[in-house]
Amino acid sequence: MSNPSTIQSAKKHQQLEKVAIRFAGDSGDGMQLVGGKFTETTAMCGNDFSTFPDFPAEIRAPTGSLPGVSGYQIHFSSRDIYTPGDAPDVLVAMNPAALKVNLRDLPENAILLVNQDAFNDANLKKAGYASNPLEDGSLKRFRFYPVPIGRLNAEALAKLGLPKKDAERCKNFFALGLIYWMFDRPMESTVTWIQDKFKKVKGIADANEAALKAGFFYGETTELIPEQYRIPQAQLEKGLYRKISGNEAAAIGFVAAAQLAGKQLFYGSYPITPASDILHELSYHKNLNVRTFQAEDEIAAMGATIGAAFGGSLALTGTSGPGVALKSEAIGLAVMTELPVVIVNVQRGGPSTGLPTKTEQADLFQAMFGRNGECPVIIVAPATPGECFHMAIEASRLALKFMSPVMYLSDGFLANSAEPWRMPKLEDLPRIHVEHPTVADNFLPYSRDPETLARPWALPGTPGLEHRIGGLEKEDGSGNVSYDSENHQHMVQTRAAKVAGVAKFIPPAAVAGPPHGDLLLVGWGGTYGSLRAASEEARRLGKSVAHLHLRYINPFPSNLGDLLTNYKRILVAELNCGQLLMMLRAKYLVDARGFNKVKGKPFQVVEVLRAIEEALL
Amino acid sequence: MNESTTLTLQPPALTKPVSKADFVSGQDVRWCPGCGDYAILAAVQKALADMQVQRQNTVFISGIGCSSRFPYYMNTYGFHSIHGRAPTLATGLKIARPELSIWVVTGDGDGLSIGGNHLIHTIRRNVDIKILLFNNQIYGLTKGQYSPTSEQGKKTKSTPFGTIDYPISPLCVALGVEGSFVARTTDTDLKHMAMVLERAAHHKGTAFVEIYQNCVIFNDGAFKGITEKSVRPDHALFLEHGKPMTFGKDGSKGIRLDGVHPNIVEATGKSEGLCVHDEKAPEPTLAYMLSRMRNPDYPVPFGVFRAIERPTYDGMLVAQEQQATAKMGAGNLQNLLRGPETWEVK
Ligand code: SF4
Repeated sequence: MSNPSTIQSAKKHQQLEKVAIRFAGDSGDGMQLVGGKFTETTAMCGNDFSTFPDFPAEIRAPTGSLPGVSGYQIHFSSRDIYTPGDAPDVLVAMNPAALKVNLRDLPENAILLVNQDAFNDANLKKAGYASNPLEDGSLKRFRFYPVPIGRLNAEALAKLGLPKKDAERCKNFFALGLIYWMFDRPMESTVTWIQDKFKKVKGIADANEAALKAGFFYGETTELIPEQYRIPQAQLEKGLYRKISGNEAAAIGFVAAAQLAGKQLFYGSYPITPASDILHELSYHKNLNVRTFQAEDEIAAMGATIGAAFGGSLALTGTSGPGVALKSEAIGLAVMTELPVVIVNVQRGGPSTGLPTKTEQADLFQAMFGRNGECPVIIVAPATPGECFHMAIEASRLALKFMSPVMYLSDGFLANSAEPWRMPKLEDLPRIHVEHPTVADNFLPYSRDPETLARPWALPGTPGLEHRIGGLEKEDGSGNVSYDSENHQHMVQTRAAKVAGVAKFIPPAAVAGPPHGDLLLVGWGGTYGSLRAASEEARRLGKSVAHLHLRYINPFPSNLGDLLTNYKRILVAELNCGQLLMMLRAKYLVDARGFNKVKGKPFQVVEVLRAIEEALL
Repeated sequence: MNESTTLTLQPPALTKPVSKADFVSGQDVRWCPGCGDYAILAAVQKALADMQVQRQNTVFISGIGCSSRFPYYMNTYGFHSIHGRAPTLATGLKIARPELSIWVVTGDGDGLSIGGNHLIHTIRRNVDIKILLFNNQIYGLTKGQYSPTSEQGKKTKSTPFGTIDYPISPLCVALGVEGSFVARTTDTDLKHMAMVLERAAHHKGTAFVEIYQNCVIFNDGAFKGITEKSVRPDHALFLEHGKPMTFGKDGSKGIRLDGVHPNIVEATGKSEGLCVHDEKAPEPTLAYMLSRMRNPDYPVPFGVFRAIERPTYDGMLVAQEQQATAKMGAGNLQNLLRGPETWEVK
């Protein structure tokens, strides 16, 4: 067989700057898989990209049902892009339920490619369609391509003699092949991957490859689809790249941080969506001085993390909001005993069990205030999937330098969204300096470094430094139990001053856009891409709008108050009901306004742009 | 199996021997006068000194409750944590630092009520730590509510008409989750306590020790009917590995098995047919039967119920790490950053 990707197509080509494609099907249809493969190929083609999977909380909801629909969107471009795209330009719908769930996001004139064979009476009924939408003319406003994927796939695989069910399973690769053709992408890396992945089940490997190629050739020969699209390479910064999601970046970032500090990495965790991938990733790296512990519950994970910190590890736990709720008392213990721990919260929709697989930023107050007593912790928030790596190092640096718990606020969007990531050189990463006392003379476990107010980190095993710590209030210096009222006030203030003092050791906040102007758009965490794209667009439209994205939330960067005064209006955009907004208003007495959304979904660029325009009225 | 060492014995020729006084911290002990905790503290300090344990490699970790003040009084490393969670801190510390000797001190409320989940999972994993559960069958620190080990019907501040809870047996719990070392002793018998503590210290794996402890204030005399010298022979059964189970004055009574049912029989001068204690039995059946024996129908057993060898969690963790490293080669951070697939932009 000749290599299809080198065949010169007879059809016409159109060049585009960017495209968003959404693959949607039943959660058993392998949409995440083909989306991932398309992304890898797109990376190799040199485009900038951003992806976002959208999958149901149920592992396998009933086949063909609306809750069982799983989607994967990739936005790729010949220029810098920041988001997975507001709306798809192309929707691939493998069954009626996938069509129904995704149709409302599809703009007029978008390409709609459906697996016509799945639109039988049973599936239509499961999706709640009274009539077949493929036949009632309701899809006329799209560039609608009904393709009999089921039948074509079965025909292509007929000579391989596979059981019908196995052959049927390959139809996702048929769809992928067709999309490869449509966007003029090479298939080689996917073919190599298929052969490697299914090498133990030879028939399946060949069947998937045949399905992929059949899809591609169908595009080439069918009259149905008139043209192909090309998206030229992007001008990315020179260097070696990989694809990375936020959870991957966080995991390897913490491994790097431990190595930079010359420490063992301890990760204590209890499985929870959407944080479990960090546990999976870290549990593999046994040859990198990483010790993982799957605890019996969230509290045990936090307790073990504190125990490991007492022993001298870079100690980390990861969870989502409900897990943080359970860990709260133990986080207070880490504050009281002033031990360096990092708590990763991959936020999801709440309250309670909420929306486990959807994104939200509503745990900021929980991070700030969700413990008994005056109990400050340092809070950082990465802004992009790639930044999850650097903020992991930063969170570790701060925990170790200040002997303090650090809350690291990621979210479901960052966790699962992927982008191209330029790998840092090891020598460019900052070393983290850690000291442990060894001299017994006058050792006081609650003495303080005058600059950081950190207490000494004396490790068990050190002769002469035997000491006892705990959750009862400590006497300044000695660390002995103290119920003295003056001492308590002093210690409460000292713990607060220590965290506040972190501001001297973090970079100042910086805006993108004019240093003075009509509007400052403020955000934090995983909404960076949408806010950045919207503010750039607003400036392109001639508006005086700057964007400030906070990575450090407790304490705020010390120049933040001054920055806020440089703009006539302040708009704080968050995926919650106004938590950062309330903090900014309380602390700086500014008349900031909020733009808030709690739909379990990231901001669309257009809606932020609209909010900017409204705020400027 | 690459087992970590629990006890770091001090080479006597090289360093000054440690005495019991070396284990006494400077802090004032704040238990009520007459509390059983004093005897336990003294016994632990003495046992560690007798074994010439290195203070700097020893860590006491506790939760909340009267017993949990224990670490403050030990001149070792110590951590007074939060209610019920001491085993979790101990597990994390042991994973990070397998060479340390780690002791958890807990109580019936701390260990079996709020912390029950952690207790069972720690024992199940066989983490190489020692757990001392002071059982006084009452909540002391919160001033006298019933605990999960209080006998049914007990009138306390929170149960003016008597408890309707069925009590839990600490040893049944420990055996139910396959504890590799399970023992019981009492604060009124220093010699027995010393023996059990030493055995626990030398055990590789989770050593779980229930210590009957008298709370003079809220539950005084709870174990009097079992452990007081005058009644002890008839109400307590002291277990010894390989020996027939006898009790009573001069071993006048014994335990004989009738199927799976223990019977009390006359045993003066004859040990034939009596049940012989086997702490090393691979199946915990016998130990479990013993853990269910209680007054008034049976004497209450004391001693080591079960002591078996089993790979420890921390030992297996280190071994797995070594095997994985041997297989994959030493890790390399640059390779980790690189991930499975890369491409270059020129
Ligand atoms: S209340 Fe009871 S257990 Fe607590 S210290 Fe006093 S006597 Fe001991």
